[in-house]
Amino acid sequence: MTCRTPDQAQAPSRRDFLRSGAALATMTLAPGVTLMAFGGSEAEAAADSGKRWGLLIDASRCAPGCSDCVSACKTENGWSGHGDPERDVQWIRKVTLKEKATGREVNLPMMCQHCESPPCVDVCPTGASFKRDDGIVLVDKHICIGCRYCMMACPFKARSFVHEPVTNQKPHAPRGVGTVESCTLCVHRVDAGGIPACVEACTAAGHGAMVFGDLRDPESEISRRLAEFPSAALRPDLDLNPGVRYAEI
Amino acid sequence: MIIRRLILGLCLVLAWGAAAPAQEIAPVVPKATGTPHPEGNAYMRRWHMQMMRHDRDVTMYQGVRPVDASLNACFECHTVRDDAGTPVTVADERHFCRTCHDFAAVKVDCFDCHRSTPEEYDEPPAHAALSRPPGLLPRSLSDIATMQAYLETVDPEADR
Repeated sequence: MTCRTPDQAQAPSRRDFLRSGAALATMTLAPGVTLMAFGGSEAEAAADSGKRWGLLIDASRCAPGCSDCVSACKTENGWSGHGDPERDVQWIRKVTLKEKATGREVNLPMMCQHCESPPCVDVCPTGASFKRDDGIVLVDKHICIGCRYCMMACPFKARSFVHEPVTNQKPHAPRGVGTVESCTLCVHRVDAGGIPACVEACTAAGHGAMVFGDLRDPESEISRRLAEFPSAALRPDLDLNPGVRYAEI
Repeated sequence: MIIRRLILGLCLVLAWGAAAPAQEIAPVVPKATGTPHPEGNAYMRRWHMQMMRHDRDVTMYQGVRPVDASLNACFECHTVRDDAGTPVTVADERHFCRTCHDFAAVKVDCFDCHRSTPEEYDEPPAHAALSRPPGLLPRSLSDIATMQAYLETVDPEADR
């Protein structure tokens, strides 16, 4: 027996009707009156399991001292620091690696690596940490309880905890005290067919150190470059198959 | 006779006018701009939360952005402005959501993470205090000297 009250049964009707646009594009309301329901094209622009979004970062083009990607991310997603690295949120940060034997230094941006098997999703006790069908790893802040288990599980220290109340958030990037957050690969831009703000800023500044694209599409620029030139996943020992890969490190 | 009736009528009208505020127990919902909801206000009052919850999941998990019900869309029409014409945040009791939710004593969590004003408005940090967990001090008190000064004011006799 189903336990739906008349109210519950009635509620989704309008929504289902509008949502059904993907399957049923037009509907005849009355003779001569046709309702065009939108939704078909939106469904294509949304999280698609046939895609896997990824980034290729060419460390040799990442200039020391340049933080264009970090400031672009801050502006786009409305986060900032208070000058206290112990508590500040960092969706993306610049890291300098030095090989002790030779003294060679390499600069690169570090952010959520959008793993295929994300440890943060494995450990999340509430299911707030999740991976979209197109490979983007996100936090559902509606069910995040702020336990920070994911922060401990992440081998890249990519996640941050919001310690203080936030105001003036961007509409597309809600963020609030008591929840964990990280790079979203600018999911709001990707859903609209765009590229992440960091990649855009890096390209606009002429560095060209970051390439964004679909790893499943062999014709995409990122796939062609990955096929042609050597690149590395960070912490390959963990077998996480990250969506972010680095060249020239 | 006619004058008497008029006076009686006038008295009734005045009495009604005086009695009306006392009988008013419903919250005064701020007027919205834009076209009314085709579903009607009664539907929106009953179902707005379900609509937003459904669409937030569709957006977050499936990436469908142009949805019917979103907080951002709400504030296109339901922005309350103060006397200076500035949009009020949820920290102000005149805020659209608060007029009913305060009345019904239902706490809204949305604005712990979401902004409560239209995008173009630069929010002051005032409403942060609303979502501050108890015991969490403002950043200005985070350095040790200020903290000690603060503790002095709380309990000067304490042994530190």
